[in-house]
Amino acid sequence: MTLHFTNARLINPETGSDALGSLTVAGGLITALDGPAPEGARIIDCGGKCLAPGIVDLGVKIGEPGERHRESFRSAGLAAAAGGVTTIIARPDTAPAIDTPETLEFVTRRARDASPVRIHHMAALTKGRAGREMTEIGFLLDAGALAFTDCDHVTTDSKVLSRAFTYARSLGALVIGHPQDPGLSAGAAVTSGKFASLRGLPGVHPLAERLGLERDLALVEMTGVRYHADQITCAQSLPALARAKDAGLDVTAGISIHHLTLNDLDVGDYRTFFKLTPPLRAEADRLAMVQAVADGLIDVICSMHTPQDEESKRLPFEEAASGAVGLQTLLPAAMRLYHAGAIDLPGLFRALALNPARRLGLPQGRLATGAPADLVLFDPDTPFVLDRATLLSKSRNTPFDGERLEGKVLATYLGGASVFGPQE
Amino acid sequence: MTFRARHLLGIEHLAPDEIRTVLDLADRYVDLNRRTVKQADVLAGMTQINMFFENSTRTQASFELAGKRLGADVMNMSVAQSSVKKGETLIDTALTLNAMHPDLLVVRHPSSGAVNLLASKVNCAVLNAGDGRHEHPTQALLDALTIRRAKGRIQRLTVAICGDIAHSRVARSNLLLLGKMENRIRLIAPPTLMPPGVAEFGCEVYDDMAAGLEGADVVMMLRLQRERMDGGFIPSEREYYHRFGLDADKLAHAKPDAIVMHPGPMNRGVEIDGTLADDINRSVIQDQVEMGVAVRMACMDLLARNLRAERGRKAVETYA
Repeated sequence: MTLHFTNARLINPETGSDALGSLTVAGGLITALDGPAPEGARIIDCGGKCLAPGIVDLGVKIGEPGERHRESFRSAGLAAAAGGVTTIIARPDTAPAIDTPETLEFVTRRARDASPVRIHHMAALTKGRAGREMTEIGFLLDAGALAFTDCDHVTTDSKVLSRAFTYARSLGALVIGHPQDPGLSAGAAVTSGKFASLRGLPGVHPLAERLGLERDLALVEMTGVRYHADQITCAQSLPALARAKDAGLDVTAGISIHHLTLNDLDVGDYRTFFKLTPPLRAEADRLAMVQAVADGLIDVICSMHTPQDEESKRLPFEEAASGAVGLQTLLPAAMRLYHAGAIDLPGLFRALALNPARRLGLPQGRLATGAPADLVLFDPDTPFVLDRATLLSKSRNTPFDGERLEGKVLATYLGGASVFGPQE
Repeated sequence: MTFRARHLLGIEHLAPDEIRTVLDLADRYVDLNRRTVKQADVLAGMTQINMFFENSTRTQASFELAGKRLGADVMNMSVAQSSVKKGETLIDTALTLNAMHPDLLVVRHPSSGAVNLLASKVNCAVLNAGDGRHEHPTQALLDALTIRRAKGRIQRLTVAICGDIAHSRVARSNLLLLGKMENRIRLIAPPTLMPPGVAEFGCEVYDDMAAGLEGADVVMMLRLQRERMDGGFIPSEREYYHRFGLDADKLAHAKPDAIVMHPGPMNRGVEIDGTLADDINRSVIQDQVEMGVAVRMACMDLLARNLRAERGRKAVETYA
């Protein structure tokens, strides 16, 4: 079917433009920008609302296999479609970990049948994410793994890691690290400082992140592997990242939307929905991170969607599970940065869609002729109060429950077909 | 007389006038406790449950005695060796107890914030008897009462708190209380046992006993947990005693009439010299234990009054 979106505020992350125009879709691809309406095309009047490339969310935890009560491919896909996320890049920190081509094939098949949006998979870098032996990186690449990561399990043995990096480099594989010194952060529930001391919670110093990052970057320099840091959240890590980029290393970095919109004080009276990995940081760090995204030093904004059931969160703070869901709240939360005047919409979609797609070698994330018609139509100004009961994830551990947010997804298209919004 | 609190979860949520109310009432209970017949009936007919998820002899005994002297029916539950081992969650345990309609719930738990979590799930008044390294409000209140009775006031004093401050809920609650009452606070500890960012609380931080004790009115020693003595946080017990253990020489830096306190149980010869601990001219350690019962009686009395008032209001609303 041919679609012609008119009167749309086109958010183009490649050109940085944000202007009214029209967009034509045929055969699942974008065929024209500001072209005439083709004969017989269905005309969709966007009413001046924003039309942007669908979000490519790098690092989503889905509970398959092992924890389907927390999230399934189906529930994650529905939440993603409602949140304007058209491509999910799933994490391998499942039970068991996705560390063999057989498991990868299994989840790929399951995801394809169950989800309304695209789901791609990453694979573990070491077997069982245990940090001892590398996985079959070659076979896993052939089976469709987009990147290799042990998620929040940090390999302490630098020898193992350097070999895995070297091997991955020979195949051109992308490795995703979790920059954190595991010794310093062991047992920590929050970032150390006045608030942690007042609440009597074990904290980790922000420099533990730089310590992990510097180690990884030295190994990148040693091996030449393509490297992405999953979350950089502290101002003190930024100079190291900038240095590595200036030196021409193939390095990128991401951050979760929660670290860009919340700070350590939000934990308040031991609210476990605000317990994240890494923990929320000081306000000064948050502001520095927003600036780093605006400057392009941090490349990717993700949701770091981590579903946890009620039982694992209804515990004393130290014992409670870590992580928050974010697929459905990523876009409205990101609008906080837009409304605060920190980052414009093309800049946001560069970090939400274009950069992660490019880094993973996907054709998505662009509003350009020939690109897949994965699109999100949204109104950045619609205000609402989030009720977590309305979330489509099986787990509803969002830190934004009861929060006032602005920005509502009106429709989501995947290859030109509507997967969320008014059913025509 | 003002006391608005619904629960006693920490000093953080108490205002200075509420603290004064507790201390004034506790003074009266000290007198009662010194009589032969130590019986009041302010909690008569009420049920008090002591729920200790962490082993405790002294605090549990103190709460039990306080409740009994006020006429409450007191039940002790050592949860450390019961249903928790069977996998029941804290909230389920709380809901089970709540269904038995207790009026006062006294809780100690090894995790910071656990008592706050529990308080949000029950209808009765909850007293925090120590949660992790967060707060131990009745200890700070009994320390304040001890200081007020020894020094005649609880303002404008220089108080030195020495020892394992990082892992101490007693230190946190005292820090908050003494700050609210406008005292000068000094923290003395090896840097490995000092919590980060603590200087932002408005206290002075020292890692040298002589300098920190200079001119102090009150010297508060903290217990050093056995498991922290060997290598992890400090090199050895003997080096700790040499540098941070309180003895007559170090105490000489404080004011001549400075009092010595310790929340107990003491490690004699680790954080405090045994002779000094027993010196009736300087040590008020036994007074602290006595004040403990009185302060806990005062806290439970005040919470029970608020609980009755709240239930009365609810009953009126129901029938109106």
